[in-house]
Amino acid sequence: MSLTNDNIKQRLTDKFGEAVSQVEETFGMLNFTVPKDLNLKVMQFLYDDEELQFRFLTDLTAVHYPDRKGEELAVVYHLYNFAQRVRLRMKVYTSVEDPRVFTATRLFEAANWMERETYDFFGVNFVGHPNLKRILNVDEMDYFPMRKEFPLEDQTRIDKDDEMFGRGGHIGI
Amino acid sequence: MSEQHITLPEGSIERVTQTLNLGPTHPATHGVFQNILEIDGERVVSSESTVGYIHRAFEKIAERRPYYQITPLTDRLNYCSSPINNMGWHITVEKLLGIQTPKRVDYLRVIIMELARICDHLICNGVVGVDTGAFTGFLYLMRWRELAYEIYEEICGSRLTTNIGRVGGFERNFTPAAFEKIEKFLVEFPKALKEFETLMNRNRIFMERTQGVGPISAERAMNYGFTGPNLRAAGVDYDLRVAHPYSSYEDFEFSIPVGTTGDCYDRFLVRNGEMWESLSIIRQAMDKVKALPADVYHADVPAYYLPEKSDVYTKMEALIYHFKIIMGESDILPGELYNAVEGANGELGFYLISDGGRSPYRLHFRRPCFIYYQAYGELIKGAMLSDALICMSSLNLIAGELDA
Amino acid sequence: MARPVQYNTKVKTVEIPEGYSGEGFFATSFDKAIGLARKNSIWPLPFATSCCGIEFMATMASTYDLARFGAERMAFTPRQCDLLMVMGTISKKMGPVLRQVYLQMAEPRWVMAVGACASSGGVFDTYSVLQGIDQVIPVDVYVPGCPPRPEAIIDGFMRIQDLIGQESLRRRHSDKYKELLNSYGIQ
Repeated sequence: MSLTNDNIKQRLTDKFGEAVSQVEETFGMLNFTVPKDLNLKVMQFLYDDEELQFRFLTDLTAVHYPDRKGEELAVVYHLYNFAQRVRLRMKVYTSVEDPRVFTATRLFEAANWMERETYDFFGVNFVGHPNLKRILNVDEMDYFPMRKEFPLEDQTRIDKDDEMFGRGGHIGI
Repeated sequence: MSEQHITLPEGSIERVTQTLNLGPTHPATHGVFQNILEIDGERVVSSESTVGYIHRAFEKIAERRPYYQITPLTDRLNYCSSPINNMGWHITVEKLLGIQTPKRVDYLRVIIMELARICDHLICNGVVGVDTGAFTGFLYLMRWRELAYEIYEEICGSRLTTNIGRVGGFERNFTPAAFEKIEKFLVEFPKALKEFETLMNRNRIFMERTQGVGPISAERAMNYGFTGPNLRAAGVDYDLRVAHPYSSYEDFEFSIPVGTTGDCYDRFLVRNGEMWESLSIIRQAMDKVKALPADVYHADVPAYYLPEKSDVYTKMEALIYHFKIIMGESDILPGELYNAVEGANGELGFYLISDGGRSPYRLHFRRPCFIYYQAYGELIKGAMLSDALICMSSLNLIAGELDA
Repeated sequence: MARPVQYNTKVKTVEIPEGYSGEGFFATSFDKAIGLARKNSIWPLPFATSCCGIEFMATMASTYDLARFGAERMAFTPRQCDLLMVMGTISKKMGPVLRQVYLQMAEPRWVMAVGACASSGGVFDTYSVLQGIDQVIPVDVYVPGCPPRPEAIIDGFMRIQDLIGQESLRRRHSDKYKELLNSYGIQ
């Protein structure tokens, strides 16, 4: 029996009810949001359920929405079912002041470095992660560069004229 | 010398373990990774990897660049097979914009992507050869990679960081010389590959060095997020070209080589097998291209595809579109999608969020080797030091992609 | 199967430097003789980090063959090398490592920045990338390109050869050179 997005949606609402929100289908992929303290439970359910079997963590990352008060950071999980070849996207929102989300490392070894990368870029604090420290940037770095308020360019550099090199955001048009 | 108090595992040889700092500039590592190994004599007890030595902030740059300027960034992800990255990005944007590409464009893309796959596997397998002491194979195969680079040059003018194609198709049609060179490659390369296989595959020394080195079971590999040849070597027939066909891969007939144990030897054989499959795909694509009208090389989407330069000077419409595209005025729909292509070393995914602006709101690259490199510590645990190095090169780690 | 064997009959020898020659002797200055020897026996240290490293691989492999210029031996130990070829992006995390490698090299040493990233940071004008390796170590020759073609790398290499051939023996002891190193904080 093939697994359709409607099936998954049905199973999730049966199990978690109202907690699974913003369920929509974009470009053929099911997309939903869960409260941040439920992320592990939902993932465990998706992993264990005989029908769903989402046992591959394709991708884990975060997005920063500075305008959404109280839910500035979205942690995005892409899960995959190998047998039925179905993908789905799960989102967890958290505030930037208290960016604590439970870690998925117990379920997927692959989450280890992806969570470290997300911490490095966005400062999402994964609770229970075995080794949560910066991975790509230097350890001394004191900010989270992928947040929208931080500039792309190295601000200490003086030999490139900002106007001539189009530095500081969008190319001035 | 002061006594070190380290608890040793049962049956260890040495009285104390040593710490060996492998990298980031160690001659035996390919690419800039640091591995701090705890070694007991010659055996690796534990290891800790440090990455990020060429972190270039691709994702941050992508938030500041218009869509067409992100193609050159994707080149520099896995620079051994840039065309696959380029095409992956174009296909993602086309999916967002809902552009349908003509069949001929799809087939031309398939030709380029499979050539790139061959080039990537050539380097990886050549380097595995070098690490086991067979420099011959590497030097021998390099000549054929040059031939493939000449084909790229004929198509886009560049050798390594190709920046091939545009959203909607190719920037120019393939020249007859390009087709001739591909034909030449198809005739001559199989002989070289055959010879390479004769040299390596059943070579006693090579087999002893690679069999049973760095094995991983299918379950562990999936849990670690392995994709591409490394996962297939572990016995899972997961190939995006078949599972989620893109660029008309469903029109081609090919098989997926799989291994059983997931060790270095299986990975080597899987890559070799894939090169043969790629050759057969290119052959099929060439035949299919011949049957189609020869002047189609891009989709008819004037709002997103740059017009011919001569038209820009003579036609009003072309001038307007040219201006709009370059200035980033063309309408991009808001949307959120994940699209993946089968890169040379795994599933290369693009997670794109567009808010309708001229550059993506957020673009995340799912880089396969970043995800599977974390298994390295487990792969080499208990292995000899020299095996650890072979294991590293057979994983096909590309620093540019790993660190993004 | 018999393979055809070719012998290279077009061996090119280097030109004899200026000097006085007579029967049984040839006199020239140390500068010229040592420069000639040095420039034709460079030991490069490839410090390859990214894309340019792959083009360097092509440069030293069969088609382009850097060994023709006397650089037969790639050594990966800084102690034994004269020419540091930096290929690829150097991030801020890598900067101290690069500097350490440079410090370990023995005088006389030369540095070649291959590619846009090593020369100026290239397209990566970002918070994590060192904007040109000349911020941490002195550079002799810059090779433009992203990545440069193997021909360009060879051209850069030949310019290094010219520099080496013409270098005065006392340059490394001059005040100007010491000043240069001091400006990088190297004693």
